[in-house]
Amino acid sequence: MIRWSKGLAAGTAGLVLIVLLGIVAPWIWGDDATRLTGAAREGASAAQWLGTDALGRDVLARTLVATRLTLLMTAAATAVAGVLGVLLGTAVWVAGRRVREAGLRLIDVMVSYPAVILALVVAAILGAGRVAAVIGIGIAWTPAFARLTANLAASVAGRDFVATARLLGVPPHKLLTRHLLPNIAEPLLVLLSVAFAGTLTALSGLSFIGLGVQPPSYDWGALLNTGLEALYTNPAEALGPAVAITLTGVLAGFIGDGLAAGLDPRGAAAVRAARRRTKTAKPTPPPADALLVVDDLRVSLPDGTDLVAGVSFHVRPGEIVGVVGESGSGKSLTAMAVAQLLPDGLDVQAATLRLDDLDLLADAEPRRLATEIGVVYQDPSASFNPALRLGGQLTEVLRRHRGVGKAEARKRATDALDSVRVTRPAARLRQHPHELSGGMRQRAMIASALLTGPRLLVADEPTTALDVTVQAEVLALLREINERDGTAMLFISHDIGVIGTLCHRVLVMYGGRIVEELTAADLSAGRARHPYTRALLAATPRLDAADGEPLATIPGRPPAPDARPAGCPFAGRCTEELPDCATTPPPVAVFGADHRAACHALTTAASRGGDR
Amino acid sequence: MTLAVENVTVVFGHGRRAATVLDDVTLAVPKGTTVGLVGESGSGKSTLAKAMVGLVRPRAGRVLLDGTEISGLRGKRLTAVRRRVQMISQDPYSSLDPRMTVGRALAEAADPRRADVRAHAAAITRGLEAVGLDGDAARRHPHQFSGGQRQRIAIARALVAEPEVIVADEITSALDCSVQAEVLNLLADLRARLDLTMLFISHDLAVVRHVSDAVAVMHHGRLVEHGDRDRIYRAPADPYTRRLLASAPSLPKEAS
Repeated sequence: MIRWSKGLAAGTAGLVLIVLLGIVAPWIWGDDATRLTGAAREGASAAQWLGTDALGRDVLARTLVATRLTLLMTAAATAVAGVLGVLLGTAVWVAGRRVREAGLRLIDVMVSYPAVILALVVAAILGAGRVAAVIGIGIAWTPAFARLTANLAASVAGRDFVATARLLGVPPHKLLTRHLLPNIAEPLLVLLSVAFAGTLTALSGLSFIGLGVQPPSYDWGALLNTGLEALYTNPAEALGPAVAITLTGVLAGFIGDGLAAGLDPRGAAAVRAARRRTKTAKPTPPPADALLVVDDLRVSLPDGTDLVAGVSFHVRPGEIVGVVGESGSGKSLTAMAVAQLLPDGLDVQAATLRLDDLDLLADAEPRRLATEIGVVYQDPSASFNPALRLGGQLTEVLRRHRGVGKAEARKRATDALDSVRVTRPAARLRQHPHELSGGMRQRAMIASALLTGPRLLVADEPTTALDVTVQAEVLALLREINERDGTAMLFISHDIGVIGTLCHRVLVMYGGRIVEELTAADLSAGRARHPYTRALLAATPRLDAADGEPLATIPGRPPAPDARPAGCPFAGRCTEELPDCATTPPPVAVFGADHRAACHALTTAASRGGDR
Repeated sequence: MTLAVENVTVVFGHGRRAATVLDDVTLAVPKGTTVGLVGESGSGKSTLAKAMVGLVRPRAGRVLLDGTEISGLRGKRLTAVRRRVQMISQDPYSSLDPRMTVGRALAEAADPRRADVRAHAAAITRGLEAVGLDGDAARRHPHQFSGGQRQRIAIARALVAEPEVIVADEITSALDCSVQAEVLNLLADLRARLDLTMLFISHDLAVVRHVSDAVAVMHHGRLVEHGDRDRIYRAPADPYTRRLLASAPSLPKEAS
């Protein structure tokens, strides 16, 4: 729905006042506006604030009375443009492919043609007069609506619900009125208010040069015309209509801008505060040999809602730590907080967040950040700039942050591509990203992340967009890099199978917290303890499952970040729930050096001496 | 025999830039069974689905519904046939019109011309209840539902159209694991209760295994293997099927 900004409210209120004025003005000041007095071309006075015109008529009264005709003509021209444009735009979309192509090109040509000239041509053909002016300006603005309608319709038409409706046998005209038009109404509304301002000035212009409204009728443009003749004797006479045109145009513009911002769902993000990083108290001593130390990490929205609610872990040199969880668990935010790549507007707090001696809470040197942490993203097609060749993109960090020369940088890039087994590495540097397959692109991305010899590789769902055979190859490659170079990795995935295959140690996240931490060996051997981890495993379809048995499901949905229970985030969905679970944060049960789980049920069982 | 393609070849583009997306594919979905179609991106599995519902016209070969060729139909007769084959798509956020209540979307499936919610209230409630949703859901808009619930609504919409065959294209790929389990269980349940005939397309071997009677494997536009589900998973004959199975990451044991 619409968010009401100040501009939108002011524009709407102002325009409503002007419309009311247009309705009542001819009744109140109609007589003043046409009464001839002997006092021609008088200056401004207490009786006539804007003076009188050549026939001695009150200019202020004429300006106010002209509001009605001006608004009516503007509205009519805007309506003509809107109706013709939407009809044309949808007709082009409904037509066959050849007609559509030709129609779209035609609309493009018409859009590039100056509107006023088009209007002048139409007015010249139809003869001067208000009807000709309205039709002329209406036609002149038609291409703008036609193009917007055609473009929006094309994007909506590509969505699945339109294809489904077609399969169901919905007739084309119903498709248009039921699915297309409602989904493109908002941008059209914005254009409508912009067009209103545009047609107002264009119509006034036509009347000003004598092609629009003819005497004895008058609109603001015509008043401006007569006012100009007396500009040196009574400047106030031109001022009245000029202010009226400007004010109305600006108010319509306010509405257009306000609607555009208010209807844009991403608009709210623009006013977010900049990101803050804060150190919290009570650091706990990390293991002495840790490379990455994260202690009590919180990532929160400006309103204080924790998305990541106090996460502590470490990564040792040469270790691959996997983070597994479903959407909304906070796993990607955790990784991005480590890589310093969180979007603006999120607050980061932690007791400790450091990579060896590099404090990631302070404003770390960009050079060290760029060279000591490598990042691999999910979508290999989005992580390279499609317009640039790979060579420049791969050598950029080396040349900028390591001061390596061009030839040397290209040699290293070639070696890096070769080491991740990209075929024909030297030739790849001259290619654009789209010339590589998805798997090759992801290898190139990994090569790029490893070029500077980072100590930690942060990989956020790096194999999710890949085919299963390519995924297997990329996982083998990551394993090989880890064993060959000793690069530590923080590997994020929703796929517990992938995590178990690649990683040494696994963190299971749910509701912004780590609920269980265990070795991959424990996970693979079926020694996971936390009810959520076990539920996740049971819900995953298996190649070796018993026949006809339904998968286990988890009742309910994960709580929204602002509605998480005060205690365990899994409370309310858990099969082992105790009375305390929803209210008291769960204690940590320890099952070995690298295996703990935060769960009331597990600690209760342990204190009873039971080991389920 | 309900839905079948015989020697279907689909070519995109012309002349030197022509790409053969489907190469002489023959596959049948017998009545009352679910055929799982597995393949990687670019293997042609989605194109095969589109050819089956008439969204893509084959260069050669025939698409048959109950023995009648539908690949050459146009206009009203094509519309009539299309309704008998319904497609559920991957993205639950794109498959429902955000401006339309769930009830209206289902009414449209029952009557594409009028989409009258009141006239089809009973069918709408039946459809929603079949997928485990409350009848109240009809009054709400899609954004008020989670991804899994939206996918249930999409399934309900397909059911309300009373098709003979459902083509489900990667319908759990966009879902979280626990939500996917919910949708897969629902499909298994519907299969048992409604005698569903379905082509179930997925890149995930474990998912396909869970809902299919027979499995077909596609690679580079060709059908490389097709047969009884258990046979294919136990003893895959084609080298590509064997590679697919070997590539699937092995899952940790279920905790005992």
